[in-house]
Amino acid sequence: MTHHFTRRQLLGSALSLALIAALPGAALSATEAEARGLVDRLVADINAVITAGKSEAAMIADFERIFITYADMPYIAAYALGADGRRASPAQKKAFSAAFQGYVARKYGKQFRKFIGGRIEVNGASKVKNAYQVSTTAYLRGQSPFEVTFFVGEKSGRFYNMYIEGVNMLLTERTEIGAMLDRRRGDLDAMIRDLAQAG
Amino acid sequence: MRIPMAVYLTRARAGVALAGLLVALAGCSVPGPGEAPDGIHDPQEATNRRIHAFNKSLTGGAGQGGGVIAAIPQPVKAGVTNFADTASLPQTVANQILQGRLLRASRNTLRFTVNATLGLAGLFDVASPLGLPEDESDFGETLYVWGLPEGAYMELPVLGPSTERDAVGRFVDLFTDPLYYLLPSPDRYYGTGARVAAKVIKLDDYGDQIDALMNDSADSYAQLRLIWLQNRRFELGDDRAGGEDYIDPEALDTEGF
Repeated sequence: MTHHFTRRQLLGSALSLALIAALPGAALSATEAEARGLVDRLVADINAVITAGKSEAAMIADFERIFITYADMPYIAAYALGADGRRASPAQKKAFSAAFQGYVARKYGKQFRKFIGGRIEVNGASKVKNAYQVSTTAYLRGQSPFEVTFFVGEKSGRFYNMYIEGVNMLLTERTEIGAMLDRRRGDLDAMIRDLAQAG
Repeated sequence: MRIPMAVYLTRARAGVALAGLLVALAGCSVPGPGEAPDGIHDPQEATNRRIHAFNKSLTGGAGQGGGVIAAIPQPVKAGVTNFADTASLPQTVANQILQGRLLRASRNTLRFTVNATLGLAGLFDVASPLGLPEDESDFGETLYVWGLPEGAYMELPVLGPSTERDAVGRFVDLFTDPLYYLLPSPDRYYGTGARVAAKVIKLDDYGDQIDALMNDSADSYAQLRLIWLQNRRFELGDDRAGGEDYIDPEALDTEGF
Protein backbone atom coordinates (compact mmCIF):
# COMPACT_ATOMS: atom_id res chain seq x y z
CA MET A 1 0.00 0.00 0.00
CA THR A 2 1.35 3.36 -0.95
CA HIS A 3 0.95 6.34 1.26
CA HIS A 4 0.33 9.75 -0.20
CA PHE A 5 0.99 12.83 1.81
CA THR A 6 -1.44 15.65 1.33
CA ARG A 7 0.12 19.05 0.90
CA ARG A 8 -1.10 20.16 4.33
CA GLN A 9 0.44 17.12 6.04
CA LEU A 10 3.72 17.67 4.23
CA LEU A 11 3.72 21.31 5.16
CA GLY A 12 2.83 20.43 8.72
CA SER A 13 5.60 17.90 9.16
CA ALA A 14 8.14 20.18 7.49
CA LEU A 15 7.13 22.91 9.89
CA SER A 16 7.41 20.68 12.95
CA LEU A 17 10.80 19.38 11.79
CA ALA A 18 12.02 22.95 11.48
CA LEU A 19 10.63 23.69 14.93
CA ILE A 20 12.35 20.68 16.47
CA ALA A 21 15.63 21.65 14.85
CA ALA A 22 15.26 25.19 16.14
CA LEU A 23 14.56 24.16 19.73
CA PRO A 24 17.71 23.69 21.77
CA GLY A 25 17.69 20.44 23.70
CA ALA A 26 14.79 19.08 21.71
CA ALA A 27 17.02 16.38 20.32
CA LEU A 28 16.07 13.76 22.92
CA SER A 29 17.37 10.29 22.34
CA ALA A 30 14.61 7.78 21.70
CA THR A 31 14.74 6.31 25.20
CA GLU A 32 14.97 9.68 26.89
CA ALA A 33 11.86 10.68 24.99
CA GLU A 34 10.26 7.40 26.06
CA ALA A 35 11.02 8.09 29.72
CA ARG A 36 9.48 11.51 29.38
CA GLY A 37 6.54 10.03 27.51
CA LEU A 38 5.93 7.55 30.32
CA VAL A 39 5.87 10.32 32.91
CA ASP A 40 3.71 12.47 30.59
CA ARG A 41 1.12 9.69 30.46
CA LEU A 42 1.47 8.99 34.18
CA VAL A 43 0.94 12.66 34.99
CA ALA A 44 -2.03 12.87 32.61
CA ASP A 45 -3.60 9.87 34.38
CA ILE A 46 -2.96 11.37 37.83
CA ASN A 47 -4.35 14.73 36.70
CA ALA A 48 -7.46 12.98 35.35
CA VAL A 49 -7.99 11.26 38.72
CA ILE A 50 -7.51 14.57 40.53
CA THR A 51 -9.98 16.37 38.25
CA ALA A 52 -12.61 13.62 38.49
CA GLY A 53 -12.71 14.21 42.25
CA LYS A 54 -14.30 10.87 43.11
CA SER A 55 -14.67 9.39 46.58
CA GLU A 56 -11.56 8.43 48.52
CA ALA A 57 -12.11 4.70 47.95
CA ALA A 58 -12.53 5.23 44.18
CA MET A 59 -9.41 7.41 44.06
CA ILE A 60 -7.39 4.77 45.87
CA ALA A 61 -8.56 2.14 43.37
CA ASP A 62 -7.58 4.45 40.48
CA PHE A 63 -4.25 5.10 42.06
CA GLU A 64 -3.52 1.39 42.48
CA ARG A 65 -4.22 0.89 38.77
CA ILE A 66 -1.84 3.76 37.94
CA PHE A 67 0.87 2.22 40.11
CA ILE A 68 0.48 -1.18 38.41
CA THR A 69 0.59 0.42 34.95
CA TYR A 70 3.54 2.76 35.35
CA ALA A 71 5.63 1.61 38.31
CA ASP A 72 8.19 -1.19 38.54
CA MET A 73 6.33 -2.73 41.50
CA PRO A 74 8.53 -5.85 41.90
CA TYR A 75 11.57 -3.58 42.25
CA ILE A 76 9.91 -1.17 44.69
CA ALA A 77 8.61 -4.06 46.82
CA ALA A 78 12.00 -5.81 46.84
CA TYR A 79 13.79 -2.59 47.79
CA ALA A 80 11.31 -1.82 50.58
CA LEU A 81 11.75 -5.28 52.11
CA GLY A 82 15.53 -4.80 51.91
CA ALA A 83 17.91 -7.36 53.39
CA ASP A 84 15.00 -9.17 55.07
CA GLY A 85 13.87 -10.21 51.60
CA ARG A 86 16.73 -12.71 51.45
CA ARG A 87 15.17 -14.94 54.12
CA ALA A 88 11.64 -14.69 52.65
CA SER A 89 10.12 -17.80 51.02
CA PRO A 90 8.63 -17.45 47.51
CA ALA A 91 5.14 -17.53 49.08
CA GLN A 92 6.07 -14.78 51.53
CA LYS A 93 7.52 -12.66 48.73
CA LYS A 94 4.31 -13.01 46.76
CA ALA A 95 2.13 -12.19 49.75
CA PHE A 96 4.32 -9.24 50.61
CA SER A 97 4.14 -7.83 47.06
CA ALA A 98 0.34 -8.06 47.05
CA ALA A 99 -0.01 -6.42 50.48
CA PHE A 100 2.58 -3.77 49.66
CA GLN A 101 0.83 -2.75 46.45
CA GLY A 102 -2.45 -2.13 48.28
CA TYR A 103 -0.64 -0.30 51.08
CA VAL A 104 1.15 2.06 48.65
CA ALA A 105 -2.10 2.78 46.80
CA ARG A 106 -3.93 3.59 50.05
CA LYS A 107 -1.12 5.67 51.52
CA TYR A 108 -0.41 7.79 48.44
CA GLY A 109 -4.00 7.76 47.19
CA LYS A 110 -5.15 9.42 50.42
CA GLN A 111 -2.53 12.13 50.00
CA PHE A 112 -3.72 12.74 46.46
CA ARG A 113 -7.10 13.77 47.87
CA LYS A 114 -5.34 17.00 48.76
CA PHE A 115 -4.42 17.48 45.10
CA ILE A 116 -8.01 18.16 43.98
CA GLY A 117 -7.99 21.39 41.98
CA GLY A 118 -4.26 21.09 41.36
CA ARG A 119 -2.12 19.77 38.53
CA ILE A 120 1.33 18.36 37.76
CA GLU A 121 3.51 19.56 34.88
CA VAL A 122 6.46 17.77 33.30
CA ASN A 123 9.56 19.95 32.91
CA GLY A 124 12.14 17.71 31.29
CA ALA A 125 14.16 14.50 31.34
CA SER A 126 17.83 13.66 31.64
CA LYS A 127 19.83 10.45 31.68
CA VAL A 128 21.66 9.42 34.86
CA LYS A 129 23.64 6.17 34.50
CA ASN A 130 21.08 3.45 33.68
CA ALA A 131 18.02 5.51 34.56
CA TYR A 132 16.18 8.61 33.41
CA GLN A 133 15.36 11.40 35.75
CA VAL A 134 12.12 13.17 34.85
CA SER A 135 11.45 16.38 36.72
CA THR A 136 7.94 17.68 37.29
CA THR A 137 6.35 20.49 39.27
CA ALA A 138 3.18 20.07 41.31
CA TYR A 139 0.90 23.08 41.52
CA LEU A 140 -1.58 22.68 44.35
CA ARG A 141 -4.29 25.07 45.41
CA GLY A 142 -3.17 27.52 48.07
CA GLN A 143 0.35 26.12 48.24
CA SER A 144 3.70 27.05 46.74
CA PRO A 145 4.60 24.81 43.76
CA PHE A 146 6.95 21.95 44.60
CA GLU A 147 9.24 19.59 42.75
CA VAL A 148 8.52 15.91 42.13
CA THR A 149 11.21 13.88 40.34
CA PHE A 150 10.51 10.44 38.85
CA PHE A 151 13.25 7.88 38.16
CA VAL A 152 12.56 5.62 35.19
CA GLY A 153 14.66 2.47 34.71
CA GLU A 154 16.36 2.23 31.32
CA LYS A 155 15.71 -1.50 31.10
CA SER A 156 12.28 -1.75 32.73
CA GLY A 157 10.88 1.42 31.13
CA ARG A 158 8.89 2.02 34.32
CA PHE A 159 9.40 4.34 37.26
CA TYR A 160 11.07 2.79 40.27
CA ASN A 161 11.49 5.80 42.54
CA MET A 162 10.26 9.32 43.07
CA TYR A 163 11.52 12.25 45.09
CA ILE A 164 9.01 14.72 46.50
CA GLU A 165 10.97 17.83 47.44
CA GLY A 166 14.04 15.75 48.06
CA VAL A 167 12.25 13.00 49.97
CA ASN A 168 13.11 9.63 48.49
CA MET A 169 10.14 7.23 48.33
CA LEU A 170 12.23 4.02 48.28
CA LEU A 171 14.19 4.99 51.37
CA THR A 172 11.06 6.18 53.18
CA GLU A 173 9.23 2.91 52.49
CA ARG A 174 12.21 0.72 53.41
CA THR A 175 12.42 2.57 56.74
CA GLU A 176 8.69 2.05 57.29
CA ILE A 177 8.71 -1.66 56.41
CA GLY A 178 11.82 -2.12 58.59
CA ALA A 179 10.02 -0.48 61.52
CA MET A 180 6.95 -2.68 60.98
CA LEU A 181 9.17 -5.77 61.03
CA ASP A 182 10.94 -4.59 64.21
CA ARG A 183 7.58 -4.11 65.88
CA ARG A 184 6.78 -7.74 65.08
CA ARG A 185 10.25 -8.90 66.18
CA GLY A 186 11.17 -9.84 62.63
CA ASP A 187 8.14 -12.06 61.99
CA LEU A 188 7.55 -11.67 58.24
CA ASP A 189 4.07 -13.21 58.19
CA ALA A 190 2.85 -10.96 61.02
CA MET A 191 4.30 -7.90 59.28
CA ILE A 192 2.57 -8.83 56.00
CA ARG A 193 -0.75 -9.14 57.85
CA ASP A 194 -0.19 -5.68 59.39
CA LEU A 195 0.74 -4.25 56.01
CA ALA A 196 -2.55 -5.45 54.49
CA GLN A 197 -4.32 -3.18 57.00
CA ALA A 198 -1.87 -0.26 56.94
CA GLY A 199 -1.80 2.92 54.84
CA MET B 1 40.03 57.90 65.62
CA ARG B 2 37.74 57.48 68.56
CA ILE B 3 35.19 54.69 68.32
CA PRO B 4 31.78 55.72 69.68
CA MET B 5 30.78 53.80 72.77
CA ALA B 6 27.60 52.34 71.27
CA VAL B 7 29.46 50.93 68.27
CA TYR B 8 32.13 49.53 70.54
CA LEU B 9 29.55 47.80 72.72
CA THR B 10 27.84 46.30 69.67
CA ARG B 11 31.17 45.04 68.40
CA ALA B 12 32.07 43.59 71.78
CA ARG B 13 28.74 41.84 71.95
CA ALA B 14 29.17 40.50 68.43
CA GLY B 15 32.64 39.26 69.37
CA VAL B 16 31.33 37.39 72.39
CA ALA B 17 28.47 35.94 70.34
CA LEU B 18 30.87 34.80 67.62
CA ALA B 19 33.16 33.17 70.15
CA GLY B 20 30.20 31.36 71.68
CA LEU B 21 29.09 30.25 68.24
CA LEU B 22 32.48 28.84 67.35
CA VAL B 23 32.58 26.90 70.62
CA ALA B 24 29.12 25.48 69.86
CA LEU B 25 30.09 24.55 66.32
CA ALA B 26 33.32 22.91 67.42
CA GLY B 27 30.97 20.46 69.12
CA CYS B 28 29.26 19.54 65.82
CA SER B 29 29.81 15.84 65.54
CA VAL B 30 30.94 14.44 62.20
CA PRO B 31 30.21 10.77 61.47
CA GLY B 32 33.06 8.41 60.73
CA PRO B 33 32.87 5.98 57.81
CA GLY B 34 29.86 3.72 58.11
CA GLU B 35 28.48 5.67 61.05
CA ALA B 36 25.70 7.28 59.06
CA PRO B 37 23.62 4.56 57.33
CA ASP B 38 21.16 6.07 54.80
CA GLY B 39 22.79 9.45 55.52
CA ILE B 40 21.55 9.51 59.12
CA HIS B 41 23.93 10.44 61.91
CA ASP B 42 22.09 10.20 65.20
CA PRO B 43 24.39 9.36 68.14
CA GLN B 44 21.89 10.83 70.65
CA GLU B 45 19.01 8.69 69.47
CA ALA B 46 17.80 7.64 72.94
CA THR B 47 17.51 11.25 74.15
CA ASN B 48 15.98 12.35 70.85
CA ARG B 49 13.35 9.62 71.10
CA ARG B 50 12.32 10.84 74.56
CA ILE B 51 11.95 14.39 73.21
CA HIS B 52 10.02 13.02 70.24
CA ALA B 53 7.57 11.27 72.59
CA PHE B 54 7.09 14.58 74.39
CA ASN B 55 6.58 16.52 71.13
CA LYS B 56 4.16 13.88 69.92
CA SER B 57 2.08 14.29 73.08
CA LEU B 58 1.88 18.02 72.27
CA THR B 59 0.74 17.57 68.67
CA GLY B 60 -1.49 14.62 69.54
CA GLY B 61 -4.66 16.66 69.17
CA ALA B 62 -3.41 19.00 66.44
CA GLY B 63 -5.34 17.46 63.57
CA GLN B 64 -8.56 16.70 65.42
CA GLY B 65 -8.72 19.78 67.64
CA GLY B 66 -7.75 22.05 64.77
CA GLY B 67 -11.39 22.92 64.11
CA VAL B 68 -10.85 26.42 65.48
CA ILE B 69 -8.08 27.21 63.02
CA ALA B 70 -9.89 25.51 60.15
CA ALA B 71 -12.86 27.83 60.84
CA ILE B 72 -10.79 30.98 60.26
CA PRO B 73 -11.62 32.36 56.79
CA GLN B 74 -8.94 31.72 54.16
CA PRO B 75 -8.25 35.44 53.43
CA VAL B 76 -7.49 36.07 57.12
CA LYS B 77 -5.12 33.11 57.20
CA ALA B 78 -3.43 34.32 54.02
CA GLY B 79 -3.06 37.80 55.53
CA VAL B 80 -1.37 36.46 58.66
CA THR B 81 0.92 34.21 56.61
CA ASN B 82 1.85 37.04 54.23
CA PHE B 83 2.51 39.45 57.06
CA ALA B 84 4.73 36.90 58.80
CA ASP B 85 6.68 36.38 55.58
CA THR B 86 7.15 40.11 55.05
CA ALA B 87 8.28 40.60 58.66
CA SER B 88 10.87 37.85 58.27
CA LEU B 89 12.34 39.24 55.04
CA PRO B 90 14.91 41.66 56.58
CA GLN B 91 16.47 38.71 58.40
CA THR B 92 16.44 36.61 55.24
CA VAL B 93 18.16 39.45 53.37
CA ALA B 94 20.80 39.76 56.12
CA ASN B 95 21.50 36.03 55.87
CA GLN B 96 21.66 36.04 52.09
CA ILE B 97 24.19 38.88 52.23
CA LEU B 98 26.26 36.81 54.67
CA GLN B 99 25.99 33.92 52.21
CA GLY B 100 27.25 36.10 49.38
CA ARG B 101 23.97 35.61 47.48
CA LEU B 102 23.61 39.23 46.56
CA LEU B 103 21.15 38.76 43.70
CA ARG B 104 18.73 36.89 45.94
CA ALA B 105 19.27 39.43 48.72
CA SER B 106 18.41 42.32 46.41
CA ARG B 107 15.41 40.46 45.01
CA ASN B 108 14.14 39.94 48.56
CA THR B 109 14.79 43.59 49.40
CA LEU B 110 12.57 44.52 46.49
CA ARG B 111 10.01 41.94 47.58
CA PHE B 112 10.01 43.47 51.07
CA THR B 113 9.61 47.01 49.70
CA VAL B 114 6.77 46.02 47.37
CA ASN B 115 4.83 43.99 49.94
CA ALA B 116 5.37 46.47 52.77
CA THR B 117 3.94 49.31 50.67
CA LEU B 118 1.68 48.08 47.84
CA GLY B 119 0.85 44.99 49.90
CA LEU B 120 -0.48 47.19 52.73
CA ALA B 121 2.18 46.55 55.38
CA GLY B 122 2.63 42.97 54.23
CA LEU B 123 -0.96 41.75 54.41
CA PHE B 124 -1.01 40.96 50.70
CA ASP B 125 1.65 39.24 48.67
CA VAL B 126 1.68 41.39 45.53
CA ALA B 127 5.35 40.66 44.82
CA SER B 128 4.93 36.95 43.92
CA PRO B 129 2.81 37.55 40.80
CA LEU B 130 5.37 40.20 39.80
CA GLY B 131 8.07 37.56 39.57
CA LEU B 132 9.45 37.93 43.10
CA PRO B 133 8.41 34.65 44.74
CA GLU B 134 8.91 33.65 48.37
CA ASP B 135 12.55 32.82 49.05
CA GLU B 136 13.35 32.23 52.72
CA SER B 137 16.67 31.79 54.42
CA ASP B 138 18.07 31.45 57.91
CA PHE B 139 21.37 31.38 59.74
CA GLY B 140 21.44 27.57 59.57
CA GLU B 141 21.69 27.96 55.79
CA THR B 142 24.39 30.61 56.20
CA LEU B 143 26.44 28.17 58.29
CA TYR B 144 25.96 25.54 55.56
CA VAL B 145 27.17 27.99 52.90
CA TRP B 146 30.18 28.77 55.08
CA GLY B 147 31.05 25.09 54.90
CA LEU B 148 30.27 23.98 58.45
CA PRO B 149 29.30 20.33 58.90
CA GLU B 150 25.68 19.39 59.49
CA GLY B 151 26.47 17.68 62.80
CA ALA B 152 24.26 15.11 64.44
CA TYR B 153 20.49 14.94 64.02
CA MET B 154 18.53 16.23 66.97
CA GLU B 155 14.91 16.71 67.89
CA LEU B 156 14.32 19.91 69.86
CA PRO B 157 11.53 20.18 72.43
CA VAL B 158 8.44 21.88 70.90
CA LEU B 159 10.43 23.09 67.84
CA GLY B 160 10.90 19.60 66.39
CA PRO B 161 13.57 18.16 64.06
CA SER B 162 16.91 19.89 63.61
CA THR B 163 20.62 19.25 63.29
CA GLU B 164 23.41 20.59 65.46
CA ARG B 165 24.21 23.16 62.76
CA ASP B 166 20.56 24.24 62.39
CA ALA B 167 20.07 24.44 66.16
CA VAL B 168 22.97 26.92 66.39
CA GLY B 169 21.43 28.78 63.45
CA ARG B 170 18.05 29.03 65.15
CA PHE B 171 19.67 30.32 68.32
CA VAL B 172 21.58 33.03 66.46
CA ASP B 173 18.46 33.98 64.47
CA LEU B 174 16.71 34.73 67.78
CA PHE B 175 19.02 37.69 68.33
CA THR B 176 19.76 38.94 64.85
CA ASP B 177 16.41 40.08 63.45
CA PRO B 178 17.09 43.57 62.04
CA LEU B 179 13.44 44.56 62.49
CA TYR B 180 13.74 43.97 66.22
CA TYR B 181 16.46 46.58 66.47
CA LEU B 182 14.81 49.05 64.10
CA LEU B 183 11.27 49.09 65.44
CA PRO B 184 10.01 50.62 68.70
CA SER B 185 8.84 48.37 71.52
CA PRO B 186 5.29 47.15 70.79
CA ASP B 187 5.69 47.01 66.98
CA ARG B 188 8.71 44.75 67.08
CA TYR B 189 6.62 41.93 68.59
CA TYR B 190 3.97 41.91 65.84
CA GLY B 191 6.29 40.17 63.41
CA THR B 192 7.21 37.50 65.96
CA GLY B 193 3.55 37.00 66.88
CA ALA B 194 2.56 36.69 63.22
CA ARG B 195 5.34 34.18 62.64
CA VAL B 196 4.11 31.98 65.48
CA ALA B 197 0.52 32.29 64.17
CA ALA B 198 1.68 31.45 60.63
CA LYS B 199 3.39 28.29 61.96
CA VAL B 200 0.16 27.23 63.67
CA ILE B 201 -1.82 27.82 60.45
CA LYS B 202 0.71 25.85 58.43
CA LEU B 203 0.60 22.98 60.94
CA ASP B 204 -3.19 22.95 60.60
CA ASP B 205 -3.06 23.04 56.78
CA TYR B 206 -0.81 19.98 56.82
CA GLY B 207 -2.76 18.42 59.70
CA ASP B 208 -3.78 15.31 57.73
CA GLN B 209 -0.26 14.61 56.51
CA ILE B 210 1.24 15.21 59.96
CA ASP B 211 -1.39 12.96 61.54
CA ALA B 212 -0.64 10.25 58.99
CA LEU B 213 3.08 10.50 59.69
CA MET B 214 2.78 10.70 63.47
CA ASN B 215 0.00 8.19 64.07
CA ASP B 216 -0.05 5.80 61.09
CA SER B 217 3.64 5.02 60.69
CA ALA B 218 5.19 2.13 62.57
CA ASP B 219 8.02 4.31 63.90
CA SER B 220 7.13 7.99 63.68
CA TYR B 221 10.53 9.02 65.06
CA ALA B 222 12.46 7.24 62.28
CA GLN B 223 10.05 8.47 59.58
CA LEU B 224 10.18 12.10 60.70
CA ARG B 225 13.98 11.99 61.01
CA LEU B 226 14.42 10.57 57.51
CA ILE B 227 11.88 12.84 55.81
CA TRP B 228 13.01 15.99 57.60
CA LEU B 229 16.73 15.42 56.91
CA GLN B 230 16.19 14.69 53.22
CA ASN B 231 13.93 17.70 52.77
CA ARG B 232 16.28 20.05 54.61
CA ARG B 233 19.26 18.90 52.51
CA PHE B 234 17.15 19.40 49.39
CA GLU B 235 16.32 22.97 50.49
CA LEU B 236 19.98 23.72 51.11
CA GLY B 237 21.15 21.94 47.97
CA ASP B 238 23.40 19.89 50.26
CA ASP B 239 24.64 16.71 48.63
CA ARG B 240 27.61 16.25 50.96
CA ALA B 241 25.63 14.76 53.81
CA GLY B 242 23.38 12.60 51.61
CA GLY B 243 23.01 8.85 51.92
CA GLU B 244 23.00 6.87 48.73
CA ASP B 245 23.73 9.08 45.73
CA TYR B 246 22.20 6.84 43.18
CA ILE B 247 19.84 3.90 43.37
CA ASP B 248 20.54 1.46 40.56
CA PRO B 249 17.29 0.16 39.01
CA GLU B 250 18.93 -3.13 38.02
CA ALA B 251 21.12 -3.95 41.03
CA LEU B 252 18.46 -5.86 42.94
CA ASP B 253 17.20 -9.41 42.80
CA THR B 254 13.47 -9.04 42.19
CA GLU B 255 12.89 -12.76 41.64
CA GLY B 256 9.60 -13.80 43.24
CA PHE B 257 8.31 -10.30 43.99
